[in-house]
Amino acid sequence: MKLKRFSRLINPQSIALIVVLLVNWALFPGFFDVTWQDGRLFGSLIDVLNRGVPVAILAIGMSAVIATKGVDLSVGAVMAISGAVAATLVVDGYPAYVAVIAALAIGIVCGVWNGVLVAFLEIQPIVATLVLMVAGRGIAQLITAGSIVTFADPVLIYIGTGSFAGLPMPVVIAIVLLILSVFLVRSTAVGLFIESVGVNRAAASLAGIRSGLLLVAVYGFSGFCAAVSGLIVAGDIKGADANNAGLWLELDAILAVVIGGTSLLGGRFSIAMSVLGAIIIQAMNTGILVSGFPPEFNLVVKAGVIILIFTMQSPLATRFIEMRKTTRAVARKAS
Amino acid sequence: MKFLTKLAVAAGVAALLSSAAYADSLKGKTIGFSQIGSESGWRAAETSVTKQEAEKRGIKLKFADAQQKQENQIKAIRGFIAQGVDAILVAPVVSTGWDAVLGEAKDAKIPVILLDRGVDAPQDLYLTSVASDQVKEGKVAGDWLVKTVGDKKCNVVELQGTVGSTPAINRKKGFEEAIKGHDNIKIVRSQTGDFTRSKGKEVMEGFIKAEDGGKNICAMYAHNDDMAVGGIQAIKDAGLKPGKDILVVSVDAVPDIFKAMMAGESNATVELTPNMAGPAFDALDAYWTSKKQPEKFIITESKLYTPNDDPKKVYEEKKGLGY
Amino acid sequence: MVDTHSAAAAGDNPFVLEARGVIKIFGQSKALDGVNLGLRRGEVHALLGENGAGKSTLIKILTGAYQPDGGEVVLDGEPVRFSDPLHAQSHGIGTVYQEVNLLPNRSVAENLFLGRQQTRFGFVRKSLMEKNARELLSRYGLDIDVQAELGTYSVAVQQIVAIARAVELSGKVLVLDEPTASLDKYEVEKLFEVVTQLKQRGMAIVFITHFLDQVFAISDRVTILRNGRLIGTEPLAGLSRTDVVRMMLGKDITFAPAVTGIEERAAGPALVEFKACGKAGKIHPFSLKIRRGEVVGVAGLLGSGRTEMARIMFGADQCDAGEIRIGDKPVSLTSPVQAIAHGFGFCPEDRKIEGILGDLSVRENIVIALQGKLGWFKALNRDEQMEIAGKFAEDLDIRAASLDMPVKLLSGGNQQKVILARWLATDPSFLILDEPTRGIDVGAHAEIVRTINRLREEGLALLVISSELDEIVAYSSRIVVMRDREMVAELTGDNINPSVIVQAIAAQHETVAAEGASV
Repeated sequence: MKLKRFSRLINPQSIALIVVLLVNWALFPGFFDVTWQDGRLFGSLIDVLNRGVPVAILAIGMSAVIATKGVDLSVGAVMAISGAVAATLVVDGYPAYVAVIAALAIGIVCGVWNGVLVAFLEIQPIVATLVLMVAGRGIAQLITAGSIVTFADPVLIYIGTGSFAGLPMPVVIAIVLLILSVFLVRSTAVGLFIESVGVNRAAASLAGIRSGLLLVAVYGFSGFCAAVSGLIVAGDIKGADANNAGLWLELDAILAVVIGGTSLLGGRFSIAMSVLGAIIIQAMNTGILVSGFPPEFNLVVKAGVIILIFTMQSPLATRFIEMRKTTRAVARKAS
Repeated sequence: MKFLTKLAVAAGVAALLSSAAYADSLKGKTIGFSQIGSESGWRAAETSVTKQEAEKRGIKLKFADAQQKQENQIKAIRGFIAQGVDAILVAPVVSTGWDAVLGEAKDAKIPVILLDRGVDAPQDLYLTSVASDQVKEGKVAGDWLVKTVGDKKCNVVELQGTVGSTPAINRKKGFEEAIKGHDNIKIVRSQTGDFTRSKGKEVMEGFIKAEDGGKNICAMYAHNDDMAVGGIQAIKDAGLKPGKDILVVSVDAVPDIFKAMMAGESNATVELTPNMAGPAFDALDAYWTSKKQPEKFIITESKLYTPNDDPKKVYEEKKGLGY
Repeated sequence: MVDTHSAAAAGDNPFVLEARGVIKIFGQSKALDGVNLGLRRGEVHALLGENGAGKSTLIKILTGAYQPDGGEVVLDGEPVRFSDPLHAQSHGIGTVYQEVNLLPNRSVAENLFLGRQQTRFGFVRKSLMEKNARELLSRYGLDIDVQAELGTYSVAVQQIVAIARAVELSGKVLVLDEPTASLDKYEVEKLFEVVTQLKQRGMAIVFITHFLDQVFAISDRVTILRNGRLIGTEPLAGLSRTDVVRMMLGKDITFAPAVTGIEERAAGPALVEFKACGKAGKIHPFSLKIRRGEVVGVAGLLGSGRTEMARIMFGADQCDAGEIRIGDKPVSLTSPVQAIAHGFGFCPEDRKIEGILGDLSVRENIVIALQGKLGWFKALNRDEQMEIAGKFAEDLDIRAASLDMPVKLLSGGNQQKVILARWLATDPSFLILDEPTRGIDVGAHAEIVRTINRLREEGLALLVISSELDEIVAYSSRIVVMRDREMVAELTGDNINPSVIVQAIAAQHETVAAEGASV
């Protein structure tokens, strides 16, 4: 059993992460150095985690959405809205808790809107969420009047830049959210229902799953995750940048989920693996920063690594590995 | 240093003086302004300043926001022509596809002035264009650094704009020209921060780790102020003092960088002036009063601001412009 | 008809396509173990075997979808290696699968000529293509609008379009993998006319089916597989049905004899009653009482409103008017969730589209309805799921290597049992089974019929829709007959026999053959 647990840790994703980290280390020998500074851990490794948080949190919600055979393109825009709402509220003198609750509530409302479009109006998810992807950034710009709303509220800033038990606050939030959502999904029937609806919504509905309600809940959760992410990003730069906050992050989140092994065709999903996917992406980004390569290489390097990961996950590769295993087993039997 | 400050003050005073005495040729004129949109704070400020400049001169400004679409701009320009405005200002969203509509304006004998960006059209279709010189902006920043560090060895990290964008290429080029021949100054790391605060912060974090906790870095040059603001936060998070341990120089002169300057966290910024309309109006005035054809390319001033320029006052001035 | 199966003696009619000692290994198990199959020009060759016998694997090897791990495929005397089905197709070997593999959202004509559209200057000649399509289909007795999307037609029409396409593309060998599973008798006859015509043109036709009477109606020779091994190839002329079944199963099977005295037992009050329920454009208002301990059989052709009735009964569709009572209380029934709460269960006709959750495990497929009933937060843990799934898998003899394997890898019969298990796990009082035995092997068929009888004895109310007349008369206490979206007859007592049912169905369809399938 223990061995089985251990062997589950050996998968293309963790191999990829280790390889990326080792390459980073080769390019920048100080990569694994972590020091204690001003009451918090400090080092490139911590940066990978901290900078990976926004996408990781988006990927938590996105995993569930993709598992239902959907996709949520609006998360980047929802991040911008959430940050804009929180920032304008604190600048207008509201207490931080009001701003945080309002931002999270707006995120859920955005998600529920997507969910209703998908579940009840039966609009294809990619189209339904495209609406808010485009309109959402406009809404955020309206809220901030097109400029970066800078704030000095200590609570919001703490969310983005504080530290707890030596770890950056965003990392702590992401870990808590990860544990909560894995718990929610796996110790209730929600995970099974999500996978059922993703595999075959018609069959799941006939088996008595309230698929419409489930979809609304899943998209709502994705909106909530986007709002959390938006708060962190705003807190990090002490301002809400409606033009740039979360820009294109929906694509990184989808990528993270796919790297994590969840199929875009819906069904089986793993939130933890999606988060791992987000960390792989960020490990590459941070690696490029510390390596000293000119920025023109960024996208090429990223694309190369991603192609490598997908090749490792492809059915062909899986079959090849299976074949090697079988041949080895047969050879062992023969000898 | 002192000389430069004097020059800057003189320029400021001159600007104040000139704005006090406007020629009458513009008074009561109707001028159409087709703006790209409000995609950035600078753009919003440009719109506000244009409106202010028009008001100061007694011009009736007709404003049209194109929301990033050329077709909207063409429609707006045709509308201006139909209304028989006296002149048209355009901040073109793209550089191609203007020949026809500019031709129509020319036939209607309405002078057109391009703001901020140029177009690929015959030069006789517009009166003049007003734009900043991005290479010069980088050069002014570089010159400041050369003067400030003197002969000391200085490792610079550069936060580039979006890869391949014109301002990123030009501001990099200008800065490199300025530090050329000063072997004590070297760009040790250069990465893109996409002109955004959060990417600027992330990139600077990486640089600090890669350069011995930031101890190897003497200055940070950012292609815009937003990235500089992000970078300043990263420097602070690493336990260093921006402005002292690491010099900070950037381009744009948006209000938030003056806040940082007030706190001693930024050392210099080069202004990309949002006042493109002022020189445009002046050119029109000259054209109408003395029939003088203006230069085809009017370059705006790339003014350097340092903590000696009363950042608090500049901040207050700029705050309300919509940056 | 050739009356021998030895290759040596068939010098004048050599094999067109031949499998020689083919071996195929999946993981640890041998799906095929040295199987031979020879196809001659102008013959219909039935390929029989229970699900899991290796029929599909053999076909996939012959048509290039799989590569053999041993043995060889020989085409016109030359060994060949097909890289994929397209490659096989280019050598004259076409396949039509049970589930139509065409594009439902393109027109019939486009589907027929997909990939070889007639073009002029690079433009598809649409009108010419449609004219050709009409001509082609008329040879198959189909007169339909070829511009309409294929998906708007019944499975039967789609099937014939698929056959027409395959024949056009190939021409030497045609593999029909359970082509009749979704067809009614009239359509089957049409299909057989087509097959006979193709045979006369000299094509070799491989015919896979579960309907023995169809095998005997049209085949010249039969090859029987069991557990991946070749049991034998025989001319059909010398075989009886019992011979074939024995070869397939390795044992004799019989259905339980028709039960007597059901009516008396089922005389109690109605468990559920539908009063004048109907839905415009789908089904005329119908009234039906179903009691505990009885099986109400529903007979009727495809499209007669059988499935529509079942969906209304399960709350998947709502009736426009009418009343539904449980016990003597009127209830609302607007969703499957409500129906399940009332103790209903529903095995839909189309297993793949509405039944199984293909990528999920057997275990999850079994517990899903029960978990749905329990709600989001009262989750069954893995051990509980295993226990429940294990119990029903054993009860229904579900043959899966593991309860954690994806259900899509099971054979059709086992998938059907999984869906049955899904509902039995919810401890239902009323089960609606829509074609529970369609397209499944003989063994699973018998198991499901046994289960229906057992459930009735345990006091469940059942409504079973089936096209297999001898089967439906064997277990039904009453039979309602559907025709043209209307309930036209309710048969009881001595009237429960195939010929009466056929008369009731055929009142306006003289062409329906009046014989019941028998195994």
